[in-house]
Parts: sequence; structure tokens; C-alpha cells
Amino acid sequence: MTVVLIICGVMLAVGATLVLVRLERGPTMLDRTIALDTFTAILIGVLVLIAVATRRRDIVPILAVLALVGFVGSVTIARFAAVEPEGEGRILTLEEVAALERERLDAEDAELAASDEEHHGGPAQGEVIG
Amino acid sequence: MSTVLDVAAAAFLLAGSGLALAAGVGLLRFRDLLARSHAATKPQVLGVLLMLAGLALWLRSGPVTWVLVLVGLFQMVTAPVAAHLVTRAGYRTGKVAPGSLVVDELTEDLRAALHHEDDGER
Repeated sequence: MTVVLIICGVMLAVGATLVLVRLERGPTMLDRTIALDTFTAILIGVLVLIAVATRRRDIVPILAVLALVGFVGSVTIARFAAVEPEGEGRILTLEEVAALERERLDAEDAELAASDEEHHGGPAQGEVIG
Repeated sequence: MSTVLDVAAAAFLLAGSGLALAAGVGLLRFRDLLARSHAATKPQVLGVLLMLAGLALWLRSGPVTWVLVLVGLFQMVTAPVAAHLVTRAGYRTGKVAPGSLVVDELTEDLRAALHHEDDGER
């Protein structure tokens, strides 16, 4: 049985790796959603293998939970799927993330500089004092 | 008898894992959303059912078997819902090439619904 378990484990691991490659490449959000669903199914398979190897019965409820809630994420994403602009569905490089962050911080600074100092910490407008 | 059941369990586990491997290859190599969705259902339904059957044959305990049947039923209920919603969202956001479909009932239905709406407003 050990040999069978090792073969099964290797097949599941290779399958999961290929699914993860698709998850990273995309190209669209929905492709990633499908890959995520498949990954959940493979995860159930891995848990079955663990249950077989250790003869543990307490893993079986986890399978039920995974089968029940595994689809919530993809249904949510499908509900809010929108037309993505070309080139949007990819992971940003570090430089692009840094540029975006700098832009955001600059905008924040500009906003802070533009606002009137007097209005900070004062009473709420329209409030009657005394 | 127990040897036969163990061998059957091993065969089921191997078949289920093989389907997971096939799904990984298909998901990586297929071209568009619908084809990938087709590949993804292999471990989601048949693969999971085979592996659950293998586990049930291996543990051979009544209560565990019934929970495993329940897991299989849950998986068969939720996987089509997710696949349907994802592919429909893909269709509505233009990720399905119109010429690639042999039967395209959704387009006809959407057009019919649009006409119906127009008539209702008049």
C-alpha cells in the first residue's frame, strides 16, 4: 500500500503544481477561479491520502467542510466579474508596486497640504458651544 | 476478501490521483476558459468520488462510509453551481469567442429576453 500511496501522492503533487502554474498565469480572474476550484478538489484528494495512510477517521469531517465551502469563493468572484482591461489580469512587478505606492503617498501628502490647518481638531461644524 | 477490498481501494485511489494529474495538464495546456473549465471538472467530480470510494473501501466502517457519501453528494451539488456561474460570468464579460461554440443557446435566450423587455415597455 505504501507504494500506491507514494505514486498517488506524486501524481497529486504534480497535478497541484500545474494547477498553481495556471493560477499564477491567469490570464483572467475567472481562469484563476477555475484553478482555485480544482486546487480545492486536489486538496480533498490529499486529505483522503492522509486518512488512508494513518487510518484516521477524524479527517473525514474536514472533507465534508471542504466539499461544502470550497465553491463559495468562486461564486463570489463570478458574481462580481467585470470586463477587465487588457493587461490588467497579471501580477505586478516590484517596481510597479513601488511606483503605485509612491503615487498614492504623494496624493496623500498633497491632500494634507491643501487642507486648512485651522479645521484640524476644531469642533464639528454647526455645533453650538456653551 | 479483505485483500480484494484493499486492492480495489488502491485502484480507486490511483485512478482518482490520475484524474487530478490529467486536470493539471489540461488546465495548463487548454486555450480558453470553457476548455479549462472542462478539464477542471475531472478531479472535482469523478476524481473526488473515486478517492472517496477508495477511502471507504480502505476504512470499511459504516458511519465513515455514510459521511463519505455525504461528502460526495456535497461535491456533486456545489461543483456544477460554481462551474456554471464562472463560465456564465466569462460569457457575459466577453471571454468566450463567439465562433468557438457549436451550440449557443445563451445568446439566443439573451436576445429573446431583450426583445421581450422592449415589448413590455411599449
